Amino acid sequence: MEFFERFAIPHPSPAIYASMVAIGLTVIAIIAGLTYFKKWGYIWREWLTTVDHKRIGIMYLISALLMLFRGGVDAIMMRSQLAVPGNTLLDAQHYNEIFTTHGIVMILFMAMPFIIALMNFVVPLQIGARDVAFPRLNALSFWLFFFAAMLFNISFVVGGSPDAGWTSYFPLAGNEHSPHVGTNYYMIAIQIAGLGTLMTGINFIVTILKMRAPGMTLMKMPMFTWSALITNVIIVFAFPVLTIALAMGTMDRLFGTHFFSIDNGGMDMLWANLFWVWGHPEVYILILPAFGIYSEVISTFARRNLYGYKSMVASMVIISLFSFLVWVHHFFTMGQGAFVNSIFSVTTMAIAVPTGIKIFNWLFTLWKGKIVMTTPMLYSMLFIPIFTIGGVTGVMLGMSAADYQYHNTMFLVAHFHLVIIPGVVFAMLAGLTYWWPKMFGFMLNERIGKWAAWLIAVGTCVAFFPMFISGLDGQARRMYTYSEATGFGFWNMLSFIGAGILAIGFVLIVYNIYYSTRYATRDIGADPWDARTLEWATHSPVPEYNFAITPEVNSSEALWDEKKKGHKLFKGSYQEIHMPSKSGVPFIMSAIFFVFGFAMIFSLWILAIVSLLGIFACLIHRSFEQDHGYHISVKEIEETEAKMGGAKG
Amino acid sequence: MSFLFFTIITVLTGCGNLLVLDPKGPQAQTQADVIMISIWTMLFVVIVVFALLAYMLIKYRASKQSDDYEPPHIEGSKVMESIFVGIPVIIIIFLSIVSVKSNYAVESTPEGYEDQEPLVIYASSSNWKWHFSYPEQDIETVNYLYIPTDRALEFKLYSHGPITSFWVPQLGGQKYAMADMVTTLHLAADVPGEFFGRNANFSGKGFAHNTFNVNAVPPAEFEEWVDEVKETASPITEDRFQELLEPGHLGQLTFTGTHLEFSPAPEHNHGGSQSHDKHDGHENHDHHEKHEDHEEEESSDHHHH
Amino acid sequence: MKIDHSQPLEYGTEQNKMNILGFWIFLGAEIMLFGTLFASYFTLENRIGSGPSGADIFEITPIIIETFLLLTSSFTIGLAIHAMRLGRQKAMLTFFGITLVLGLAFLSVEIYEFFHYVHVGAGLQTSAFSAILLTTLGTHGAHVTFGLLWGLGIILQIKKRGLTVETTNKSFIFSLYWHFLDVVWIFIFSFIYLKGLM
Repeated sequence: MEFFERFAIPHPSPAIYASMVAIGLTVIAIIAGLTYFKKWGYIWREWLTTVDHKRIGIMYLISALLMLFRGGVDAIMMRSQLAVPGNTLLDAQHYNEIFTTHGIVMILFMAMPFIIALMNFVVPLQIGARDVAFPRLNALSFWLFFFAAMLFNISFVVGGSPDAGWTSYFPLAGNEHSPHVGTNYYMIAIQIAGLGTLMTGINFIVTILKMRAPGMTLMKMPMFTWSALITNVIIVFAFPVLTIALAMGTMDRLFGTHFFSIDNGGMDMLWANLFWVWGHPEVYILILPAFGIYSEVISTFARRNLYGYKSMVASMVIISLFSFLVWVHHFFTMGQGAFVNSIFSVTTMAIAVPTGIKIFNWLFTLWKGKIVMTTPMLYSMLFIPIFTIGGVTGVMLGMSAADYQYHNTMFLVAHFHLVIIPGVVFAMLAGLTYWWPKMFGFMLNERIGKWAAWLIAVGTCVAFFPMFISGLDGQARRMYTYSEATGFGFWNMLSFIGAGILAIGFVLIVYNIYYSTRYATRDIGADPWDARTLEWATHSPVPEYNFAITPEVNSSEALWDEKKKGHKLFKGSYQEIHMPSKSGVPFIMSAIFFVFGFAMIFSLWILAIVSLLGIFACLIHRSFEQDHGYHISVKEIEETEAKMGGAKG
Repeated sequence: MSFLFFTIITVLTGCGNLLVLDPKGPQAQTQADVIMISIWTMLFVVIVVFALLAYMLIKYRASKQSDDYEPPHIEGSKVMESIFVGIPVIIIIFLSIVSVKSNYAVESTPEGYEDQEPLVIYASSSNWKWHFSYPEQDIETVNYLYIPTDRALEFKLYSHGPITSFWVPQLGGQKYAMADMVTTLHLAADVPGEFFGRNANFSGKGFAHNTFNVNAVPPAEFEEWVDEVKETASPITEDRFQELLEPGHLGQLTFTGTHLEFSPAPEHNHGGSQSHDKHDGHENHDHHEKHEDHEEEESSDHHHH
Repeated sequence: MKIDHSQPLEYGTEQNKMNILGFWIFLGAEIMLFGTLFASYFTLENRIGSGPSGADIFEITPIIIETFLLLTSSFTIGLAIHAMRLGRQKAMLTFFGITLVLGLAFLSVEIYEFFHYVHVGAGLQTSAFSAILLTTLGTHGAHVTFGLLWGLGIILQIKKRGLTVETTNKSFIFSLYWHFLDVVWIFIFSFIYLKGLM
């Protein structure tokens, strides 16, 4: 019996049992549906084995949206619990698990795949490439992420979720204070997802450096591609730090080492340092692609070129460097003294300068423009004011003496949500709406889209502004309840209402997808937004080879040049196109990783060793396999192009 | 939305009863000043951005322009971009000076109290309580503090378990208490009063209720309280202390003596294991004195309400 | 597949060039990985709890042998790549084989070293110092182990398929990896062993 006890949920509740049933029913429904409609072959051939960057992008997108709802439900539960003083909806243990998983899911399993989804779909198109540099590695990145996300999510029903906060500070996260397997899920699932992310980083750097269309020098790349390049450089340098931190944490928990323990020389502060040496750059990994999206959207809908292209690039490079020099501001209160705090206080505030440059460049992109307020543009225009407030409160937090009062309070929670939501989430939704027609060949409904944008913006403000107040009034974060005497009740009720408004906004987005899928016209052409960059120069949806003829460019706005300046994008005739072959190995290998991760989490050593051998078998298979891809003939290209509405160029 | 923001600013400045902005000691005063300076400075930035955004959105809407208006191609301008950089740099330099000065202020004996010997209090946390040891007075309390006004206080913080953060908003900002080093927090109370204090750093299940009371009283009254404790409270023993360390909430307790005598703070013990063994284990007891006053403890605990 | 004959074979195709660039970037990530381990090692070096310190357990002889073996193997893999560029498959395979044998010898001494540490009371669970020492060495050792398997796979492929655009590309990338492990070892030798012994 002891063997099975570890799989039990430490604090079961009707909600968890209901979720178990719901998960079981969903799985059965999916399996039954696929079988009934005979879609297994289709799923396997077209999706599970695909190495096409566009399909991988779409799979990332679907996963990110799913995780958005998982994290969103966590958020709603937290705000409901805190809506009134002394609430008993959740007990402390549940609340702790929920805010922990909310943080991890939103950052690592929602925001990360969301930006990687858009990078996957857009970057090769923006640079006129056929695919990424290593298509199969790309599939492996996705499946590692996907199975890691699944592994993390089953913690909810098997063994219990992590409960030490998304920062998982030791010694709280050690065995003594977090005895159930929840934190093992944290250590292992994030490790597996991180491997995938690191591969994405390498893949996209090479793609962007090596596969740009003729004529596209670095300083002629669209801004989103620039942001993707810099982001991936940060990924490559930041993620290995997390790898080591997680490995040490895993060893402390599974093998009894003393890296972060209280006794035998362990050092809890080392975890905090390593975590944030990765954690702060991680924030910029999320926000820089978002900045890239805003640059594309604002320029497109102001009908003007991006103001200050060079300073936009320079500011991103500076931000990426500074992102590694500010991590101590996450724990000014750790006792490192006035001198160290002063240094990190100044570097932290200094980041406001390049960020400010970007804000002003966007504002001046509007100058003398001809602003069309589409849904993506609406998100961008709502982003600027809300993000500015989030940003300036960041400068306030950067003043370390004052941070002693903000740290660990709702003020901090308000700050980072008001940076991440307008900064990252609005950008993802803007990007989703903007590139949706390119992905699926129809547009999302503008009216519903704008309603959703307004609701989300208002919801964000109503949910998070009150936290500034309750924070300054002494409400610490991560408290599962508070007494009426504190006076926090009113502000938390406001936040709850805001969270409700946000939820309605997100439900509207889902409805919009449903509504537009059913009713939107498919006759939208290649360039429905009258945009400026290369991805709009090919069909919607995009054929598997992206461009029938490799485009030639001479500015960062190649399509605009073609439309307005008579530049010729596509020269020459169709040539045979070389494409990478499909492979089931990334999927299978990641599935084995899932088993390996599960075995590690529950200390099932034999299973762990067997699955590890399985992983090696996949690697050996890959090494010995000879795969030269396949070719699409000129005839096939002609047929596809004719079907999609005439040859381009 | 901007309306909301201004409402908040009004609330912040209008009603001064938010704990952080209602300081009762010099350190909290410094921090409240820094906060207000930064709010006003940042308000300037916010207004500039909002105004520019509103101007652009009103003036350059497509609906306000003729159909054949073709926006010009404008590369950046050196002058404009220098302004985008220059003004923020000036603001950041100004805030940096404020920040560095205030860092040194909050990290040293409070201004105006430099000439006196500070009262040293060890505040150590265990799941989910605070143990306050007064070596000078040779007494110890759990979950409540008595402090004299008008005297510098030097809190020596450490933890018997997870990282916690000692925070009394009205006296000053927080600092971490950790298992492997002692951190120092300088505070002082200018006026008598009862203040709210808590562990601000998440430390597990009992975190929400990990709070304590601070009673700031005039020095004479503080001495009276110390005398009273010495008369009425029972001594803290090692066994009793081990019981106190068990996870849970205890309410307020008072003892004579301090646990530092048999379980010293990890101060000069970087990396050594000796001082830590006691905190989390029961294996190292034999080389310490055994106290034999088990039965009396429970009844003679001095409960404070 | 277009092969550019003005370049060495391992750089012969666009994909080959991307593979090599990608691997360089991967090595950048590896530098961060080992950098983090070294930073952690320096932080935890003196936190020995009740266990032994580096000076107590380090033995110079196996360390010197390991260093000699690995440095030599870095030289022989260089010779292998040189032979590969000259198109001399047999010489290349010989040097490649010697490299792997030296790597295996290194690994054997390292395994002995680990047994020694555990034997003298510096196991994984002894202290923060012993844990970070064994983890840093172990991470390097795991890289060497992986390299041995990988290298063996490449040798088999060259035997089967000869020196093609693909096998030369893999061999070249393997040599980068092997040199990198050597560089890491030099850091381990200087900043862990020598510093610990002094």
